[in-house]
Order: sequence, then C-alpha cells, then structure tokens
Amino acid sequence: MSRETVALTRSERMVRAVSRGPLHAAIIAICLLWMLPSLGLFVSSFRPRDAIASSGWWTAFTTPFEFTLANYEQVLSAQGMGQSFLNSLTIALPATVFTVVVAAFAAYAFSWMEIPGRDILFLVVVGLLVVPIQLTLIPVLRMFASAGLTGTFPAVWLAHTAYGLPFAVFLLRNFFVALPKDLLESAFLEGASHLRVFFRIVMPLSVPAIAALSIFQFLWLWNDLLVALVYLGGFRSVAPMTVTISNLVSSFGSEWHLLTAAAFVSMVLPLAIFFALQRYFVEGILAGAVKG
Amino acid sequence: MAEVRFEHVTKRFGDFTALRDFDLVIEDREFLVLVGPSGCGKSTALRMLAGLESVTEGSIFIGERRVNSVPPKDRDIAMVFQSYALYPHMTVYDNIAFGLKLRKTPKAEIDGKVRMAAEVLGVDTLLDRKPGQLSGGQRQRVAVARAIVREPAVFLLDEPLSNLDAKLRVHTRAEISKLHERLGTTFVYVTHDQVEAMTMADRIAVMNEGVIQQVGSPQALYDHPVNTFVAGFIGSPAMNFFEATVAENGAGVSLEGEGFMVDVPDDRAGEVRSFLGRRMTFGVRPENIHDTAFVPSGITAAPTRVTVDVTEPMGNEVFLHLMAGETKLLARVDPRTRVAAGEEVEVVIDMERMHVFDPGTGVALTSGEE
Repeated sequence: MSRETVALTRSERMVRAVSRGPLHAAIIAICLLWMLPSLGLFVSSFRPRDAIASSGWWTAFTTPFEFTLANYEQVLSAQGMGQSFLNSLTIALPATVFTVVVAAFAAYAFSWMEIPGRDILFLVVVGLLVVPIQLTLIPVLRMFASAGLTGTFPAVWLAHTAYGLPFAVFLLRNFFVALPKDLLESAFLEGASHLRVFFRIVMPLSVPAIAALSIFQFLWLWNDLLVALVYLGGFRSVAPMTVTISNLVSSFGSEWHLLTAAAFVSMVLPLAIFFALQRYFVEGILAGAVKG
Repeated sequence: MAEVRFEHVTKRFGDFTALRDFDLVIEDREFLVLVGPSGCGKSTALRMLAGLESVTEGSIFIGERRVNSVPPKDRDIAMVFQSYALYPHMTVYDNIAFGLKLRKTPKAEIDGKVRMAAEVLGVDTLLDRKPGQLSGGQRQRVAVARAIVREPAVFLLDEPLSNLDAKLRVHTRAEISKLHERLGTTFVYVTHDQVEAMTMADRIAVMNEGVIQQVGSPQALYDHPVNTFVAGFIGSPAMNFFEATVAENGAGVSLEGEGFMVDVPDDRAGEVRSFLGRRMTFGVRPENIHDTAFVPSGITAAPTRVTVDVTEPMGNEVFLHLMAGETKLLARVDPRTRVAAGEEVEVVIDMERMHVFDPGTGVALTSGEE
C-alpha cells in the first residue's frame, strides 16, 4: 500500500468515522445483546438464594450489595461439581488428543500418499459427516456392552474419537493439501521419509489448523451430554458436568442459585481456552482460505 | 559426477502426453539448459529426472544406473525449486543442514559443510534467520546453498531466477555460471527465458509440445536453427519471418513479398534459385536490418522501402517496427538513427544472413549465418 493511501487527511477520517459509525454501533449493540444472558447468569451465580427468588439480576448492582460465594461452595462440594469437572477433563482431554492425532495421520495420507482408491476413501470418510449420531447409539452401546466397556472412560474416548474423526480428517486434509507441494518434494529429495516429513515439515506448518481443531473438538466434548449419558450413565464417579447439571435441573428445578453457579463452572474452562487461543481460533477458521 | 541419459522417455498424464520420445544425453560436468515455452514439458523432464514424476515409457540413467524406480533420495541429485521451497519454520542453518541431518552426518561435519556452503553463497551472516526474514535474492541463495551442501552428482534447477527482479537476475546468472565452474558437477537447468539459456548453457535443448526441437551450443542454435520454432524462440527480439516468392530478376534472384521486394545477394542466389517460383518462409534477425545511414561495412546491401510504424529507443539501440507492404518487420538499428514514426524510408536488409524455411513444415532449408 502506498504512503498516500495510508495517510488519510482529517476530513477523510471524519467521513470514514461517520459512514462506519452506524455499522460499529450496530455490531456493538448485537454483541451486548448476545452477552446479556451470560452476564445475567454470571451475576446471579453470586447472589444468595432469596435475592434471586425475589428480584432480577440487574438489581444486584443497587444497594444493599448482596454477593456470596456460598453457591459455588455448595455446588463444587455437596453437589459433586468438583468431581464432575475432573470427569469432564478426563473425558475431553484424551478424546481430543486421540481425535487430532488419528485425524492428522489420516489427513496426511489422504493428501500426500499415493494409495489406490484414496479419493473415494476420503469421500466415504467425509460422507460419514451426515450420519446422525443417534443412529449409532444403540448398536455401539451393545458393542460396548459385549466388550464390557459401558460406564468406563475408554468407551467415551472411543466414541468421541470416532464421532469427531470425519470432520477432523476433512479439516486437516484440506489444510495439508494446501501446503506448498515444493516443500514436501524438496524434503523427499533430501532423503526424508513420509514419517519424517509428517513430523518435521507438515506438523510444524499446521499448528494453526491443529490448534483450531483441538479447540473445536475440546469444546464439543466439553459440552457433550448425549454421548456421555448413553455410554457412561449418570453415576457420580464418572459423570461429566453436563450430566451433573442436567441432574441438578431435574432434582433442583427451582434452585436457581445452584444452577447458575454450576452452569458458570462448566463455562469457565471453554471461556479461558477461547480467550487464550483466540488467535489460532480465527486463523484455523480461515485455514486454506487465504494463504500467506 | 555423472552423465545423465534419457532414452525414448515418454510421459503421459491420462490422455495428455507431456513428453514424447525424449532422447537426450547430458554429459558429465555439462551445463545443459532445457528451454521452451510454458507447458512444453521441460519441467516434467526435470521432475522425472528428480524422481518426482514416474516414467511412463523409456529409461532414465544417471551414470550407469537406470533410475526409473529409484526413489528421489537415492538418486544423488539436488534440486533448486522455482519457489525455493525453504522450510519456513526452520532457520537458514537448519534449512541447509536438513538433508545432512537426515543422512545422519556427524554434527561437526554438518557444521563445517553448512558454513562452507553458506560462505560460498554469501549467506553466512544470515544463518540464524528464518526464510520469512530474507529478501528474494537471499532466499534464492539459501536454496542453492541447501542444494550444494550435499555435494550431489547432478544439480537440477527449475527456473531459479524467475522470482528475482531484472537486475538481480543478471547478477545471479553470472553467479550460477561461476558456481558450475567451481563445483564441476552436471547442471540441468530449466527455464522459459532464452536469455538465461544463451548466457549460461554449454548446450541448450529447445523443447516444444513435449518434443525436443534442437540440441546444441547457444551459438549453433542461434546461427543454425533447424526450424521456425527454434529460430523464433532463440534470440531477442525474435527473428522476423515473412513469406515471399522466389523470382528471377534479370541476372539475379529476388524475393517478392506482400507489397515489397528484396534482392538476394549473389553468393546466396545459388541456393535460393532452387526454390524458383515457389513461395517460401524467410527469416531475418532484427539486427540484420539496418538504417541506410549506418550500414556496417562488408555487407551486401539489399535496400527495401518501408514505413516506420513505431520507434522504441533503448539507449544503446533503437527498435523500429516497420511495415514492408503488408509484412511487419522489426529492426534493431544504431541509436543515432534519425528515423521517425510515420516516415517512409529505405532500410538495408543483410540478406546474406537470411534463413529459408519450408512454409508447410517450418523446417530450415538453408541458413546463412556462420
């Protein structure tokens, strides 16, 4: 870009501000609107039971201020949310790692190895995206039952990995295919094997895509209720937070102070991950769209 | 050190034949340039030699070894890619050392070789940088350093200069020639730029549509092109072609083109007389058309009246776009010329140096340049 186009005159800047002002205002308004329920949830989770029952969350900012950590205390200890938090991690972390690792190997093969029928196989894998998960629940559950896996973590790891693979392979394959061919050919010429090219060239160059996929996958698994409920059941020792919260809703339907705190506990980690890795998140979504 | 031999090599991609019955011997230590327009199969030939494309038919030998089914890494070759193909996440040092590390070369030896190669290419101060922090010229040097560090028997270069600016290209051309001399290795160089081919090659192979048109030294190709394709491709600006009928003109022979006529000097009249009454394709290089005011001594002047269409002063010479009747001609004349656009003037064509081609096949029948 030339200097002239960068250095705008004052009047040009005014025009730009005026013309874009309404757009910015609209975007900010939509964002605020979107955040309102979460904000309400957040504020309510720190309010005592009676206050929640008697007044709206927005009144919390007027005197007398009534905030408490008791809701969190109760939810984490008495209601087992602490254990559930650990269970959620135990489910989501390994299942994410398995999905990403298997998908990365598969995507590499689909993009850079010459295998007979490769493209058809890839289409089949992508085609699996349209299979509704509900269709698989009973057959897979029976399979797990006969293998003695129901109610154990390996069952959900396997299930989540399998359910996540079609999309993961699709995303990574499209990213890998867009890597410059010369780079890989150059490495082959220099004597690198496929495995070496995968680890030394493709992996380091695919960090944005891998990171984005990991974040996506982790968030899905973290928020999953169905798969965990079906293959793990509702036992407190294995139930993830989604299952525990849904139990809270059914048994304490009116205990808003507990539900809000529990909901917020379950949101903390995804939020932290999102804010920490948002750069990769955006880069990954744009993966392959614009190559730098 | 190795000779490279293509024997009846054909490459097909589905129905498309990229390379047809390709026969070529590249001698040990030779600098051979494969040149041709895009899509002529030159890069395919290079990639087959590298082992990046399979061979449909025929054989490729490096030294005495048939390499058709030898994987790229075992062919003892190194390649410089058009895009340089530097690993963006590695430093210059690691880029150059990559191949040596894969071969489990001892660390101290790697270090010595990397530093030596970097010094030869003048990138020894950039070893800690990543490719993204380098200029185009520096990247190109790193790519070459990475290739020479392994001391391959054959060096492949695929349009390595096409991403450089014009000035740097001229400089790097000379550097690559020097490098070839210094390494004493077989170089196979692919380019679409005939200037690169002319300036660097020991021999040039001109290709078109998957077929070798002519192989020879740069001067041989320039002086004795075997057909209109080579004649038009080698030399810049390109050779002028025009169709004309050979006619008897009193004692001599003249060519009657579309709206113009030019006499053939006596010492070429003999050859041309055999085409008497026939319409032939004639070729004249732009530097063989002169402004009448600046005709070099020793040429037999064949004056022709032309209209000047456009003049392009280049400083050291002037290009004149001329119309001789219906025929367009380009002349490269002395910079002191006073000729201006729109004028009707007389120019002198050095017909002793004309080329005669078969109008149907384009095959050269005689060429006058020695």
